[in-house]
Amino acid sequence: MSVLVYIDHFDGHIKPSSFEALSYGSEVAKLLKTDAVGVLIGDVKDDVAGLGKYGVKKVYSVATDFTFDAQQYAQAIHEVATKAGADVLVFSHNPNGKALAPRLAVRLQAGIVTGVVELPKVDQGFVVKKTVFSGKGFAFVEIQSSKKVVSVNPNSFKPIVGSGTATIEKIDYKLNTPKTKVIKVNKAEGEVPLTEATLVVSAGRGLKGPENWGMIESLAHTIHAATACSRPVADSGWRPHHEHVGQTGVQIAPDLYIAIGISGAIQHLAGVNRSKVIVVINKDPEAPFFKAADYGIVGDAFEVVPKLDAEFKKIIK
Amino acid sequence: MKILVCISKVPDTTSRIAFTNNNTQFDETDIQWILNPYDEWYALVKALELKEQESGSVVHLLTVGTADVDPIIRKGLAIGGDEAIRINLNSADSYLIAQQIAQVAQAGGYDLVLTGKETIDYNSSVIGGLVAEFMNAPYVSLASKLTSQSNVVSIEREIEGGEEIIEASLPLVVSCQKGMAEQRIANMKGIMGARSKPLKVVEPTNTNTQTKIVRFELPPAKTGVKMVAADNVAELVRLLHEEAKII
Repeated sequence: MSVLVYIDHFDGHIKPSSFEALSYGSEVAKLLKTDAVGVLIGDVKDDVAGLGKYGVKKVYSVATDFTFDAQQYAQAIHEVATKAGADVLVFSHNPNGKALAPRLAVRLQAGIVTGVVELPKVDQGFVVKKTVFSGKGFAFVEIQSSKKVVSVNPNSFKPIVGSGTATIEKIDYKLNTPKTKVIKVNKAEGEVPLTEATLVVSAGRGLKGPENWGMIESLAHTIHAATACSRPVADSGWRPHHEHVGQTGVQIAPDLYIAIGISGAIQHLAGVNRSKVIVVINKDPEAPFFKAADYGIVGDAFEVVPKLDAEFKKIIK
Repeated sequence: MKILVCISKVPDTTSRIAFTNNNTQFDETDIQWILNPYDEWYALVKALELKEQESGSVVHLLTVGTADVDPIIRKGLAIGGDEAIRINLNSADSYLIAQQIAQVAQAGGYDLVLTGKETIDYNSSVIGGLVAEFMNAPYVSLASKLTSQSNVVSIEREIEGGEEIIEASLPLVVSCQKGMAEQRIANMKGIMGARSKPLKVVEPTNTNTQTKIVRFELPPAKTGVKMVAADNVAELVRLLHEEAKII
């Protein structure tokens, strides 16, 4: 038996969320007294053997020129899972993981739990903790099938870095021609992807209009944070939809979430309440968001934010 | 085009979440139930837009649940679904739910199966992928735009750090999110008409589950906010740097 981790990549580089999944898989393997291995489909420019530092002993590498396709990639992962004798498959709960993990569950007749935030408890069965109700709760779910598929919520499990080196085994498997094809990729230039960001600066209707986002972007730039917004802001077209955090938008769990001019409706809180530290800046002292915050400032965003930016600049190079 | 839209009943987004029976059950007291927003706003309305483009198209709704889901199904029919199927099963096991959906979808010979990107109760985001694999069909997740022309489908899909433009052929399974379609509200004619549209109830072919919810937990409450004066922003930066050690 073994634990198999899917290694996702974009633009020639392994995704940070895969480092989390690799560490998670390695820790699961320790609990089950077995080894963790990885599977990589396609080419990356990164040092693959170096992934051993996240605890994996071996990386199976499948060569292909085809762009990402859940159906054919899943078949390749299944080949590797069989070869590696994998009983537990680990993915990141990111866009590609969401497409692949369920397909592997069907192929292996495995129970699947996604959005996992902690290591499993294995003393009685295999019980994982996942987010439910869009961040308003957690469920502990027992996977009762012999094979198991889990995917790990980004930013829930810090990568554990050791000093190992992984061996690389090339798999002689040729993917079938996929029925879907990526014909173009539009990269969001120079932005930190929201779901991967450890620091997030977010703003709401309190900013009065899209023309006032310059100070938000400047603050985000200073502390190397991603930008986000509340639903009314995205719905008004002030900011792109992919920046909308909340129950019907993106759910995030950064180390720091700075909310500026956002009142803190229950739907918004659901998307951000797993943030480790929440700072709220709002001119209304009665804004419900203050109850969910660690630090708060009652004040006008147009005065506070530029000052905050200047203060951060003093301590960040 | 024959389109199947998978819909689900979920607690309203404003619901306060609580658990009961020693934290083993979701407390349904005072909960308002709604059609899962991703299913309604994006999957269902997208299906209706496609139907309006191509004459002879039909939009069927499918849900897995007991009779208490019927008002939600009628809402979907009021917005514009032609008919509905309910698989009479109450389960939280994604594998079983998707297996049952796939059997109905396969038998119905649908060109396109649409789901919301996730339900706002369990947030698993797996039904589309599971159904696709059970049907041996291609799957595009997290689509924010979809156009169809002579059976070639062009899709925008969210990825970390951008978006992909994908070309695919039918049959196809797609999970839908913001951007796919403009929200629609049922009008009186739709609501009246929905009462007489067919709602077929079928029994599940099995009830074997792979997972079991052991218990629930609420997120830890914040211990209290530390307020900083608006004219002392430097103090906030100091706290984040020295106390929270985040910056």
